[in-house]
Amino acid sequence: MTGILQFFLEYREAIFIIILSIFLGIEVISHVPSVLHTPLMSGANAIHGVVIIGAIIVMGHAGNLLSMILGFVAVVLGTLNVVGGFVVTDRMLEMFKKKKKQ
Amino acid sequence: METIVTLTKNFEFSEYLSILEISYVLASVLFILGLKKLSHPDTARSGNLWAAAGMGLAIIFTILFHKTRMEDGTYAGIHNIGWIAGALIIGSVVGWLAAKKVKMTAMPQMVSLFNGMGGACAALISLMEFPNMQTELAGQHVTTMLNGEALAILLGLMIGGVSFAGSMIAFGKLDERIGDIKSPVLRYINLSFLVILFAFVIFIMFKTPVAGENWMIYTLAALALIYGVTFVMPIGGADMPVVISLLNSFTGVAAAMGGFLYNNQAMLTGGILVGSSGTILTILMCKAMNRSLLNVIIGAFGGSSAAGADFGDKTVKEISLSDAAVLLSYSQKVLVVPGYGLAVAQAQHLCHELENLLGSKGVELKYGIHPVAGRMPGHMNVLLAEADVAYEKLQEMEDANNEMNNTDVVIVVGANDVVNPAAEEDPSSPIYGMPVIQVWGAKNTIVMKRSMAKGYAAIENNLFFMPKTRMLFGDAKATMQKLISEIKNL
Repeated sequence: MTGILQFFLEYREAIFIIILSIFLGIEVISHVPSVLHTPLMSGANAIHGVVIIGAIIVMGHAGNLLSMILGFVAVVLGTLNVVGGFVVTDRMLEMFKKKKKQ
Repeated sequence: METIVTLTKNFEFSEYLSILEISYVLASVLFILGLKKLSHPDTARSGNLWAAAGMGLAIIFTILFHKTRMEDGTYAGIHNIGWIAGALIIGSVVGWLAAKKVKMTAMPQMVSLFNGMGGACAALISLMEFPNMQTELAGQHVTTMLNGEALAILLGLMIGGVSFAGSMIAFGKLDERIGDIKSPVLRYINLSFLVILFAFVIFIMFKTPVAGENWMIYTLAALALIYGVTFVMPIGGADMPVVISLLNSFTGVAAAMGGFLYNNQAMLTGGILVGSSGTILTILMCKAMNRSLLNVIIGAFGGSSAAGADFGDKTVKEISLSDAAVLLSYSQKVLVVPGYGLAVAQAQHLCHELENLLGSKGVELKYGIHPVAGRMPGHMNVLLAEADVAYEKLQEMEDANNEMNNTDVVIVVGANDVVNPAAEEDPSSPIYGMPVIQVWGAKNTIVMKRSMAKGYAAIENNLFFMPKTRMLFGDAKATMQKLISEIKNL
């Protein structure tokens, strides 16, 4: 029990951010037209590529060969997620723009 | 007596760290605004760019200013910058090319693939940080690994691993490389796997840390990968969009675990934002198909392929090209209901040509778009927009249904399940309750189809046998081409 209370106190800031972000995420997304479901999912997909920051931090402090290799792979995969995600979303939305002009 | 334990980390100040944190605040704001703009058609494209700018900002400032506190109390910046830059360049070039080269029809599997990459990245981070953490804890002679860092590492690995493996299977299914495995037993296997996964996480946390003893983390990784496969395997191909959206929010949570681990606000907000909005999006998608999330996950779509009426040897009526051409030319209102078949055959440009041709004869042609036409919600809109079809020509399902009685001819191009009357009439059908476009209400229906094969949900369609329905067999593109030249020759 004390452990749980201690945990809460130690990570109270992160817990606050998590809870507020959950509400924010729900609020931002509700009332989206179904036409935009796919691009929105794709855009959100690119945003969670933020995990690449973690990969960069690990890679930045990697000491031995194994962690160098794993870190390198992690950064490549994370970049694929970020760059691929944003470019695919842009391509989808480009189509929408064309249609607006007419 | 209340005792106060010092738990907060020592507060240290440096300009670089402040700059880094400011960049993270900015990045988080850009993510939120980007997501907000992405949910409105007019601002969507700029929203995507805003989010991308936030990401670029966070990445560059991390490389430049990130400092880790070492055991001796000094701070170390990011090393191996050359390798990191190399990895960034490789990832950017490959990601860019893949995203630019992929056909519009293959978009859903591409999103799934990129999602899997993010999940794998999160899992790899945990895989590398676990030995570090264990060595550190063992050095401090701690008896258990019951702490926030360990929890974040283990959950990050578990969720990231499931997301990676699941996304790969979803990719394979959408690309039609992997079939479905349907077995009611799998449901129980999955459930027990989930219990085992969580139990194993708790088991690891209660272990005494021993430097260099890392078999459990690899076992957990393997278990997570296997669960990812068995989780997605029984879910039917038609439900893949929902699954991808769900796995997308999983990866978001895995990224947030990384943020928790590194006390990194950008990762935390970005990850949680995607986690929660992804979950809402998943639920919205389920609603568009009139099904619950639980139903999608355990009630494997099309699983009861035996269900639904058996049509025996009922016959269908075919229509000749010239008859179809005459019928269309002398109509007032024509509705095209496109499906994935149109996308596969790349017939969307020809549809637009038909629209122009009929328009010059005074025939009004519109498109009736089912919310889940194609492989993902909104997929069909993207494909038709690519072919320059005007926004006003696209009718949502409800509007199309309201005008159905005044419609002279409906042309169903490569769609099947979204025009299946069984969804309204046959309670035993697996798609019963899903809203459909009621094409049978129109005066005539022409179904363009390659063969009498069943749709993606693998169920029979009574529409083909209805008295007002006529079939036009053949590849959608070739048939459409012939139909256009036939109308021109009239």
